[in-house]
Amino acid sequence: MSNKSGFLNSSIGKKVLMGLTGLFLITFLVVHCFLNSLIFFNDGGLTFNEGGHIMATNWIIRVFEIVLFLGLILHIVQALRLSLDNRKSRPIGYDQYNGAASSSWYSRSMGLLGTLLLIFLIVHLAHFWVKSRFTGLPGEDANGHENLYAVMKETFNITWVVVLYCLSMISLAYHLLHGFQSAFQTLGLNHKKYTPLIKQVGICFSIIIPLIFAAMPLAMHFGLVK
Amino acid sequence: MASSPKLNARVPEGQLAEKWTKYRSTVHLVNPSNKRSLEVIVVGSGLAGASAAASLAEMGYKVKVLYYQDSPRRAHSIAAQGGVNASKNYQNDGDSVYRLFYDTIKGGDYRSREANVHRLAEVSGNIIDQCVAQGVPFAREYGGTLSNRSFGGTQVQRTFYAAGQTGQQLLLGAYSALQRQVGMGAVQLLARHEMMDIVNIDGKCRGIICRDMVTGKLERHFGHAVLLCTGGYGNVFYLSTNAMGCNATAVWKAHRKGAFFGNPCYTQIHPTCIPVSGDHQSKLTLMSESLRNDGRIWVPKKQGETRKATDIPEEERDYYLERRYPAFGNLVPRDVASRAAKERCDAGYGVGSSKMAVYLDFAANTERYGKIEASKKNLHSPSKEEIVRLGKEVIKEKYGNLFDMYKQITGEDPYELPMRIYPAVHYTMGGLWVDYNLMTTVPGLYALGEANFSDHGANRLGASALMQGLADGYFVIPYTVGDYLSEEIRTKSISTDHEAFAKAEAEIQDRINKLMTVKGSKTVDHFHKRLGKIMWDKCGMARNKEGLTSAISEIQKLREDFWKEVRVPGEANEINPELEKAHRVADFLELGELMCKDALNRDESCGGHFREEFQTEEGEALRDDKNFAYVAAWEYKSDGNFELHKEELAYENIKIAARSYK
Amino acid sequence: MSHGNMNLTLKVWKQKNKAERGRFETFDAKGISPDMSFLEMFDVVNEKLISDGKEPIVFDHDCREGICGMCSMYINGRPHGPKEGITTCQLHMRSFKDGDTIVVEPWRSAAFPVIKDLVVDRSSFDRIMSAGGFVSINTGSANDANNILIPKDDADTAFNAAACIGCGACVAACKNSSAMLFVSAKVSQLALLPQGKVERKDRVLNMVKQMDEEGFGSCTNTGACEAECPKSISLENIARMNREYLSATLT
Repeated sequence: MSNKSGFLNSSIGKKVLMGLTGLFLITFLVVHCFLNSLIFFNDGGLTFNEGGHIMATNWIIRVFEIVLFLGLILHIVQALRLSLDNRKSRPIGYDQYNGAASSSWYSRSMGLLGTLLLIFLIVHLAHFWVKSRFTGLPGEDANGHENLYAVMKETFNITWVVVLYCLSMISLAYHLLHGFQSAFQTLGLNHKKYTPLIKQVGICFSIIIPLIFAAMPLAMHFGLVK
Repeated sequence: MASSPKLNARVPEGQLAEKWTKYRSTVHLVNPSNKRSLEVIVVGSGLAGASAAASLAEMGYKVKVLYYQDSPRRAHSIAAQGGVNASKNYQNDGDSVYRLFYDTIKGGDYRSREANVHRLAEVSGNIIDQCVAQGVPFAREYGGTLSNRSFGGTQVQRTFYAAGQTGQQLLLGAYSALQRQVGMGAVQLLARHEMMDIVNIDGKCRGIICRDMVTGKLERHFGHAVLLCTGGYGNVFYLSTNAMGCNATAVWKAHRKGAFFGNPCYTQIHPTCIPVSGDHQSKLTLMSESLRNDGRIWVPKKQGETRKATDIPEEERDYYLERRYPAFGNLVPRDVASRAAKERCDAGYGVGSSKMAVYLDFAANTERYGKIEASKKNLHSPSKEEIVRLGKEVIKEKYGNLFDMYKQITGEDPYELPMRIYPAVHYTMGGLWVDYNLMTTVPGLYALGEANFSDHGANRLGASALMQGLADGYFVIPYTVGDYLSEEIRTKSISTDHEAFAKAEAEIQDRINKLMTVKGSKTVDHFHKRLGKIMWDKCGMARNKEGLTSAISEIQKLREDFWKEVRVPGEANEINPELEKAHRVADFLELGELMCKDALNRDESCGGHFREEFQTEEGEALRDDKNFAYVAAWEYKSDGNFELHKEELAYENIKIAARSYK
Repeated sequence: MSHGNMNLTLKVWKQKNKAERGRFETFDAKGISPDMSFLEMFDVVNEKLISDGKEPIVFDHDCREGICGMCSMYINGRPHGPKEGITTCQLHMRSFKDGDTIVVEPWRSAAFPVIKDLVVDRSSFDRIMSAGGFVSINTGSANDANNILIPKDDADTAFNAAACIGCGACVAACKNSSAMLFVSAKVSQLALLPQGKVERKDRVLNMVKQMDEEGFGSCTNTGACEAECPKSISLENIARMNREYLSATLT
């Protein structure tokens, strides 16, 4: 047992937890992105609400919602721990620091990008999740499902919200750009043949997923999706 | 000639090939529980020091290791490039213990002790075994076996290597063994500590005085035996391939306290170094001898040639080594190659802006490798460019780091242009005189590796320094020191409050105070550079009576000036590199004089010692075996006053002959 | 004495000892030749300082050919200066321009305390090595070297990892002062070779434990260490160490 707790407190163990929770959150993004993309059927949200209904009534999904939150919290807590520890490891900083010469800015700014995403997440949850889960949604659609689609339309009518969402998706893109391949590196999943592939998939993923997400508020705001 | 009664080499009786085996089976041993109370101090953490310290700690002795760097891994063995010799005969090319022994004696121009060299050849194979077991990543063939290459002075391939970083890999192996013992509490490390003096009690070495280079405090350490593994004294020349910190203080202090100095004038000038570019230069960089495997050395046939190397046609090039020494060609021993380069440059055929350089050209072998690669890859009738490209890839794999280093320093690309090289001080064959047990003339004080004089005679063959350092540390000292310590099991630790310790410390304190209070007007480097120039001009690649005589008086004068005019800034009780240097240079100023005196005494030419008065008509070294087949062991009497003792070199197993590489 | 015609301004960290606080001081470097190494430029500045009755700048250096790992300057925001694949002693003044101002700082890390000016204490690296950076084999007990056949690829990869010179540039470059590149290079070298496989589990666990105790930060995979490493030690080694660590912990 002492070995196990040693693992979680070791520098590598902490990182592994970051990587695992990160990958878990990435899989969530895929599901979330797929479901929300149903709005692009452009059928007044019927398919989208249908999907939402399935999700809301499936107990497996309900359980996973809790797991998801736990994963997210773990990811954040670990990030805070790591940042604090890492700060302690260099009590006196450099006068001149040319980080750009050796690494990308976003790989050095995961904490900042993550914080921006957290702020976004709070707003985002307030917009949708709190309403659907607690305060209730206004009315039902033609199929008699809860009309989350209507909430989306209403929300994305507001310009600052759309701007916030788009900017946040840029943060997400950069966060993923580093995080995706970094998770594999941390888990030791490194191979001469496959690592370049993982890196390329990571780049595609980090661009495509945030792009699709950003397309949603934009499409609604400009009336491309009715 | 009979050896001086003060020199007992303690070579075991019996047939040459059986001496070491017999010695090992009859040597006195120390039982494990007694080992735990015997303390050994190891000075220096290079190949010899680290391997000795690790091996002795494994055996159970209490070991302390001190070194001036911040980590034992930084000792200058780390910089050895080309390889380590061993008579494994993995190449099936006729190698054997005897042949390695013979090559080493001949390479040393018949000025080394037979029994020591034979032992070295005997244990050479064990070194490779030991290093491989430690995880040293030697170069390998596709079949998974170890790879070899050839070095100067031999006709077999017996050099094991790890790219151009063999010394580094071997040292890291020894360092890892050492750190393992540190982790187990068997070895205590004293980083950033410099040895200042030895302490003798009742005729035996019983400890040292050292300086903590961070706090400046002088410390006393007791040891039942003290091992000096402090390397050579090439930095007496100021410019050399040695690290900046390499110094002779430990051996010199030992010498002043009774250890005889063997063959101080034997200096190795390495033929392939990057030439000096200006007076700001602080050190010279070696280009590994392994490059001579694939490089051809030449100068233009025309004096004062101004064309670019690549514009000089083949028939106007003088491949002077191949011309003079057809049997060994570019792979003649270092002393021969260096002198030949000097001869060409002095005659006005040198190249580069200083005209003090020759070309080391890889074009021919690049093409040869390219053709082999093309044929391996089934490329039929490849273009010349294609061949050169493939050839460059092979060259890059073999010597990439050296080529990069050359380019970094000179700003020229050696893949396109031949390298410019010139000889530079590299190694000192001389050192503290030791007997077969590696013990100096002070009982309990040992010298290992480059710090002793023992195995290389008047010239060391390439890839033999690593071999000797590790042989001494791993396989010789563990037996021989036990022989001495078996007599010491009743000796309790002597308190460092003993008056001998107090006296030695007071002397050193006094010297530090003196250095700090001169407060003259010239920096330490000023004196060091001047000493270096005298040594290089008059006791370098070629020496003569007149030059040496004047060098001796110049050095004496310089020494006087030093103690009147040197300026050491800062305080003694802090990190003070100028004080450290001043200490070392003060000792170099004494050692330099002895080197000149030894060179003056040796009225012959042999190996690295070339006296212009003694040469054949063709300009080859002319030995005088009748009068000089001896080791010159100098006893310190007083400042500038040394007494010569001779150890006769008797060759019972080798027919002594003129050394020919033609 | 003039050597060349470059004139530079140096802003260098000066600190008397471990206990006292340091600060930057400005020095002129005059008559510098482009052929000088960066350390030779410091030699010239120091000679002048000593002649003027001032204290020279203290810095670590030894072999001056890029292999001992002793030199350790953080130059203009980068360990070992602006060029890649070299140490400070191999950096030449032709990489700078006349009139430049150069800022020189010591390695910064809690595990590398400054002991004077540009000199830091890197003994933490030695302690990590003592924790497991070795094969437990006593002198004299080895088999014939060619009894162990090692595929050339493995030998080459192990060699590339073993090329680490322990200078600490990876730690200096890392925004977290992580020593993972250094530690992983040794773990990798020995994990790749059959000789080292026997102790692989204990080795990685003990070395990482020691690394953490020394106060180094953790790796966030920015890759700065690899980019700044004078011996181009690969990030793959860190992945391999993570793998070794995971498998040692989980099995």
